[in-house]
Amino acid sequence: MALFPDPFNTLLGLQEALETFRTSGWLQSSPSGAGSYPPINIFRKNDEYILIAEVPGINKSDLDVQVKGRTVRLSGSKTANYPENASLHRRERLSGRFDRSVTLPVEIDADGVKAECHGGILALSLPRSERDKPRSIKIG
Amino acid sequence: MSDTQPLAVREKQELAKKEEQTVPGRYFVPPADIFETDDALTVILEVPGVEKNDITVALEEDVLRVEGKIDFSKYQGMEPVYTEYIVGHYARRFALSGKIDRDGIAAQLDDGVLALKLPKAKEAMPRRIAIN
Repeated sequence: MALFPDPFNTLLGLQEALETFRTSGWLQSSPSGAGSYPPINIFRKNDEYILIAEVPGINKSDLDVQVKGRTVRLSGSKTANYPENASLHRRERLSGRFDRSVTLPVEIDADGVKAECHGGILALSLPRSERDKPRSIKIG
Repeated sequence: MSDTQPLAVREKQELAKKEEQTVPGRYFVPPADIFETDDALTVILEVPGVEKNDITVALEEDVLRVEGKIDFSKYQGMEPVYTEYIVGHYARRFALSGKIDRDGIAAQLDDGVLALKLPKAKEAMPRRIAIN
């Protein structure tokens, strides 16, 4: 199924689709559910789930990703540095530590998880574990 | 600032525009830090997901305009199941008070953070006056 058929409407189509699923009940509520840093979006693509988070200014080396069972944990720290002799006119970027775990409603194959961090975007591809996949049952 | 402090989430701020866009889509205001040193003004903007070639920086009549386009084709074929933020292009303008040496403007993009160094024009630099 083509989700965004009209090329001129693509961004709007994507934005509308994102809006529809804002804090949907898909993710089980956990202590660090919605409202924790970093904000995440989760997509489904074939048999894979893709978790995307915006982490501008966070270096790969300052980011730690752990997967266990159905839980994904993202932790690390974000810094914003200024030269010592500078006079600050505006400071809007936030810095500090974060630690967030989310529990997905599906089993994931921890060995097949791939993580990529580029241009301030962290993308985790979380393949669904083999035994969790639905099976077609033949009606005898 | 101390690093031990927990990081809070801030909702993305949508851009309020004077003129309407002909292409549909929502724009966001990137969070910015601005600081000044003796020789330059530095503007730092967070634009996660924007590639180097999709950034426009223009300085017209003391207004600095920065625009960053995201490549949303990456989202093709993906079906959202849970979302906490909206993806969109970034745009922001700043009115500069001091004189800037336009030819010396340098831009650097690292991990989704754009740093613009705007060197002050010679006549705007502080001069030490010797008293006889």
